[in-house]
Amino acid sequence: MRITIPVTKTKEIARQHTLKLSENTIAKKEAANNFLTDFANVLLFIGQFIKETFSRKFEFREFIHQCFVIGNKSLPLISVTGFIMGFVLTIQTRPALVRFGAGTLLPGMVTVSLIREMGPVITALICAGKVASGMGAELGSMKVTEQIEAMEVSSTHPMRFLVVTRVMAATLMIPLLILYADALGIGGSWFGANIKGDVSLVLFFSQAFSHVGFIDLIPAVIKSFFFGAVIGLVGCYKGYNAGRGTESVGKAANSAVVLASLLILIVDMIAVQITDMLAL
Amino acid sequence: MITDQAESIVADSTKKSSNEVVIEITNLCKSFGKQEVLKDLSLQLFNGENLAVLGKSGSGKSVLIKCIVGLLRSDSGTIKVFNQDVRTLKQKELDEVRQKIGFLFQSGALYDSMTVKENLEFPLKRMKRHLNQTEINKKILETLENVGLPEAIDKMPSQLSGGMLKRISLARTIVVDPLIMLYDEPTTGLDPITSDEISLLINDIQKKYKTSSIIITHDIECARTTANRLIMLQDGEVYDEGSLNKFEKSTDKIIKSFFR
Repeated sequence: MRITIPVTKTKEIARQHTLKLSENTIAKKEAANNFLTDFANVLLFIGQFIKETFSRKFEFREFIHQCFVIGNKSLPLISVTGFIMGFVLTIQTRPALVRFGAGTLLPGMVTVSLIREMGPVITALICAGKVASGMGAELGSMKVTEQIEAMEVSSTHPMRFLVVTRVMAATLMIPLLILYADALGIGGSWFGANIKGDVSLVLFFSQAFSHVGFIDLIPAVIKSFFFGAVIGLVGCYKGYNAGRGTESVGKAANSAVVLASLLILIVDMIAVQITDMLAL
Repeated sequence: MITDQAESIVADSTKKSSNEVVIEITNLCKSFGKQEVLKDLSLQLFNGENLAVLGKSGSGKSVLIKCIVGLLRSDSGTIKVFNQDVRTLKQKELDEVRQKIGFLFQSGALYDSMTVKENLEFPLKRMKRHLNQTEINKKILETLENVGLPEAIDKMPSQLSGGMLKRISLARTIVVDPLIMLYDEPTTGLDPITSDEISLLINDIQKKYKTSSIIITHDIECARTTANRLIMLQDGEVYDEGSLNKFEKSTDKIIKSFFR
């Protein structure tokens, strides 16, 4: 049986299809525009940050306050994380090494893993959760309640007072927190090694550091500074550019954590490639 | 009694207002995307006067004062503050102009991580760099006494009521001795008694600090208490301008809906 569709109906279907296509095109164009606008905003933000960083009026007191907030107030969380990191790594690795008769390599292996990779990345991810979300929420709520504008009309540059101090503090404090987490991780590893064995602290540390050199520490420390900068910049950017309304504060905090975590992993991937290329 | 007091203060200040123009806005336009908020708006603020800008929500009142202080950049027109066009100023020059302007935000905008004292210290330390700590402390206490809240000096903003928040915000604004005050809906969200107190405080500030003010409001009682002159905005344009008496006697439907 042959089905016939009236011409008017065919035209209507074609018209609706064209309409749908053009709507899709407009939506795609708007999405592309939004992406480009966001990208331009990020570049503008970084540009302003660099300009204000090198301005003569550095807000030193606020910088010290932020170092205290980011560094000191993160210590309990980083202590627990660092200890557990070393402990778990040791417990998980021990059986495999013992099976191959390489039990004595355990302290060195765990220490190298902690210093080169696990310590920096996991500590940075934990800090992204705590510090970047905190900055996003704080600056976001300041934006919503007009505090940033109030600062601006007081002839104070919010970028200099709020952003530069926080980013600089994060860039300085995150590497220190990472080193602290590494130290506690090695302590946790010794504790883990003593659950199923009996290793003295001195022996453990001498075995651990016999496999570690400055060459392991340098790339890790360098990338830690980048992790700190990423956490500070993303947290501040998301908070500073939060929309209006309380909902945007939550969104700013949430997207700060997600983006900072993602960027930390990307920076780590690039850092590993560079380290490998330089045979460090 | 409050009205009598207010009338006497307003009458007194009216006598003092001169013909010297402190803010002159000409053909100001501002749009957000396709939405035109201000359309060819022109107005003048004279030295020593309180100018109330009335209008329903969304008529562009807040946008107007944010353009004056340079928080928003207008699309066209001129905004002259003490004969300097805010739109063409460099950042440093704009900062200097801003030091002459006090801005009271609708929400108060107190820094919630700082105490009341630190909130007042913040603009003082940045705008009055020549003051030492003793002078700063003295100035803070004096300003808090002027707004009637010296006991709140060590409190955090979260410990203050709505009326107290407005007073402290006002204190933070006047602590640097501005020449022009811009009030963004100073009585919004307050009970009638506290609203009257804030309105009287605005008059007190005009008298003590010899300020010229633009008061953005849709609270007619506040306008009655404080204004020497009124302007009504409608859809981003000046709809009418004149004295309180003129507005109250107007037969225009829109104006009457405000003054009923």
